Amino acid sequence: MNGYGVAAKLAALGGIALLAVVLAAKGHDAGYVFHAYLIAATAIAFAVYYARDFSFALVTSRPTTEDRYLDGVVKAGMIATVFWGVAGFLVGVVIAAQLAWPALNLDLPWTTFGRLRPLHTSAVVFAFGGNALIATSLYVVQRTCRARLAFGNLAWFVFWGYQIFIVFAATGYLFGITESREYAEPEWYVDIWLTLVWVAYFLVFFGTLLKRKEPHIYVANWFYLAFIVTIAMLHIINNLAVPVSIFGSKSYSLFSGVQDALIQWWYGHNAVGFFLTAGFLGMMYYFVPKRANRPVYSYRLSIVHFWSIIFLYIWAGPHHLHYTALPDWAQTLGMVFSVMLWMPSWGGMINGLMTLSGAWDKLRTDPVLRMMVMSVAFYGMATFEGPMMSIKSVNSLSHYTDWTIGHVHSSALGWVGLISMAAVYDLVPKLWSKSGLYSDRLVSWHFWLATLGIVLYASSMWVSGIMQGLMWREYDDQGFLVYSFADSVAAMHPYYVIRMLGGLLFLTGALVMVYNLVRTVRGGERTQALPGAPAWAS
Amino acid sequence: MVPREQDDVTGTEMTGHEWDGIKELDTPMPRWWLWTYYATVIWALGYVIAYPAWPLVTGATPGLLGYTSRGELLKDAEMARAAQAEQIAKIQSLSLDKIRSDAGLLQYAVAGGRAAFLVNCAQCHGSGAAGGKGYPNLNDDDWLWGGTLDQIHKTLQHGVRFTANPDTRQSQMPAFGTDGILQPEQINDVTEHVLKISGQAFDAASAGRGAVVYAENCESCHGKSGEGNRDFGGPNLSDAIALYGSDKTSLAAQIKQPRHGVMPAWSTRLDDMTLKQLAIYIHSLGGGETSAP
Repeated sequence: MNGYGVAAKLAALGGIALLAVVLAAKGHDAGYVFHAYLIAATAIAFAVYYARDFSFALVTSRPTTEDRYLDGVVKAGMIATVFWGVAGFLVGVVIAAQLAWPALNLDLPWTTFGRLRPLHTSAVVFAFGGNALIATSLYVVQRTCRARLAFGNLAWFVFWGYQIFIVFAATGYLFGITESREYAEPEWYVDIWLTLVWVAYFLVFFGTLLKRKEPHIYVANWFYLAFIVTIAMLHIINNLAVPVSIFGSKSYSLFSGVQDALIQWWYGHNAVGFFLTAGFLGMMYYFVPKRANRPVYSYRLSIVHFWSIIFLYIWAGPHHLHYTALPDWAQTLGMVFSVMLWMPSWGGMINGLMTLSGAWDKLRTDPVLRMMVMSVAFYGMATFEGPMMSIKSVNSLSHYTDWTIGHVHSSALGWVGLISMAAVYDLVPKLWSKSGLYSDRLVSWHFWLATLGIVLYASSMWVSGIMQGLMWREYDDQGFLVYSFADSVAAMHPYYVIRMLGGLLFLTGALVMVYNLVRTVRGGERTQALPGAPAWAS
Repeated sequence: MVPREQDDVTGTEMTGHEWDGIKELDTPMPRWWLWTYYATVIWALGYVIAYPAWPLVTGATPGLLGYTSRGELLKDAEMARAAQAEQIAKIQSLSLDKIRSDAGLLQYAVAGGRAAFLVNCAQCHGSGAAGGKGYPNLNDDDWLWGGTLDQIHKTLQHGVRFTANPDTRQSQMPAFGTDGILQPEQINDVTEHVLKISGQAFDAASAGRGAVVYAENCESCHGKSGEGNRDFGGPNLSDAIALYGSDKTSLAAQIKQPRHGVMPAWSTRLDDMTLKQLAIYIHSLGGGETSAP
């Protein structure tokens, strides 16, 4: 980069810092003022970073790297994925403990369940899952297109822009800044920033697809692209709001009443459908065949289940609003589209599992592949459970209970968590040019800790949820309700403790992964059992 | 046509695509998968004909079954009411004492009262009605406003210190400390006196002086020997049961600056049939009185 370029960047960042200080001075609420100073600090930090490149020789030459893949941003994404993953799991364990022992709310506004809960969901879904998706998509799209990422270093803007979004969202929650829209809590200015970052992400991904040197677009990229485009649409529409003042964090939604609820759950369910399903299916479609070294099971199945998922998922949101003010016809549509989604979802499971035909023996020797298969198995289970829970008569029992929490976590921990961490295990040695992981046995430990954790979590929440649902509708023989709400809360305590232990096991597994990855990156492969021998035999 | 590459393991043909070493088999879609998918679509078509589904300009297609979720709720509620119609009619027309003397009706009213209690009253009085600090225990026979069916019913109807209701139970104890009516040592003395009459350990000298303070300031509401007065809501001090604690510190704090709890008037929130059931349920908990003592 030449001196003009650096000077322009420094001027722009300086301007942003100055503007942020003005906003801080005029800000109406503490969280907004804090965020304004955070903007200034971030701009200054980047300015200092760029200033190192400054040269009075106005034209400097740098070797072109156009012929190579841009992998630095993928490496950074791996680190961010692991970091936010551990952070998100940790907050999850904390709030699980708060539900079992409310004293752990500490009577401080910043540490109450109400503020930590969105911190947990955003950290795991958007910070951990989002970084995993962005990093793997940028890796996969380059390999499967045989093209370097489009638009120069724009991918680095996507990476840092996304981390900034995460930090602003997370700190905002602690200050109590929220739009009160589940999974879309950040306020208007953070939403605008994410929109910019997301458009840049789309340009990088789509631009790379356009300059591909392969005749066809690989199925993983269909899913990644569907994820990127749909999330943009969902994010923009659900967050349409009018700020009270540009000097304050509060805004009011453009929608109200039942329309507001429907827009929110159209967003909420498709965040599940396109973020947590389509995006991670893209991940699965690259890493499973790659790891198993087998062809994808069925091309035709991938086409049909892809388009079915895309068409059907977008209508399923109303099943979150069964038996509410939402008109009956909309409830019906939400339910039937959810049920029709069962087989399209399972198409991905079949393609994932059957790709292993001819390579099942590798499950004995490759714990990373084992983790992928377990992930796909949880995906299959959750995508059966989901349509079932959307059926109105089932939903009348399951809605508002812990069953929903169990369902979400068997897919979030099982499907999203395991496939992401398996992809990280696959990529880290490649990206850091190592022959393999430091220890496969530690991966095996991670696998079992995580699996056991998920089983404890999901089964305790099933029991607790169904128990809640049954207690709330329990009538005596004279037609009177038997239990008070508080009775059901008291009855849930032991299950909350088991759930917390399950989360703790999952977190422990992630910490084992961190150790393993750090040792891998720092070099050296641990002496292990001979390839071919099962891990438990060594 | 050039024969396509075959997969060695499965013998299936490949599509000929390849990305970064990943190839694709041209396996047909599993039949069971396809047929199950068709079945869910056919089921969905049937469902949207049977139930409200297709949005039109001013409404939606009602569906052949005529189902609405509101209609379903009304039907359920109607059935529940019909099943209870006989008992409801009796409870509405009979007096509390009459209800209590009919064993079947009594059992029904207790069950109904308990259900209403769990929804409306358990928040303050606890799901077992044992109360807590500031919230009376309803299981014992220590009543502030009386423990007969009619007295309990009246308290439920009009509430306690619920100023929006003109007939509410009203009592107020002066703030003897903060308003400067008594000096700190006098409060200490009268506290010792209350400890004495409630059968707790006390300091004899203090309690002796306290008896005089008591007679001048407290007797009119709490009675000569601390037996209380339910007409004014003057709590009984001769037992060691006190709403805000019966130890010395709690008693002294209450004399210095009393707290006055509020209970809503339920007559505007629940129908009288439910209030009658609640009165009978609370009366049945163990402390119910047949006539005012």
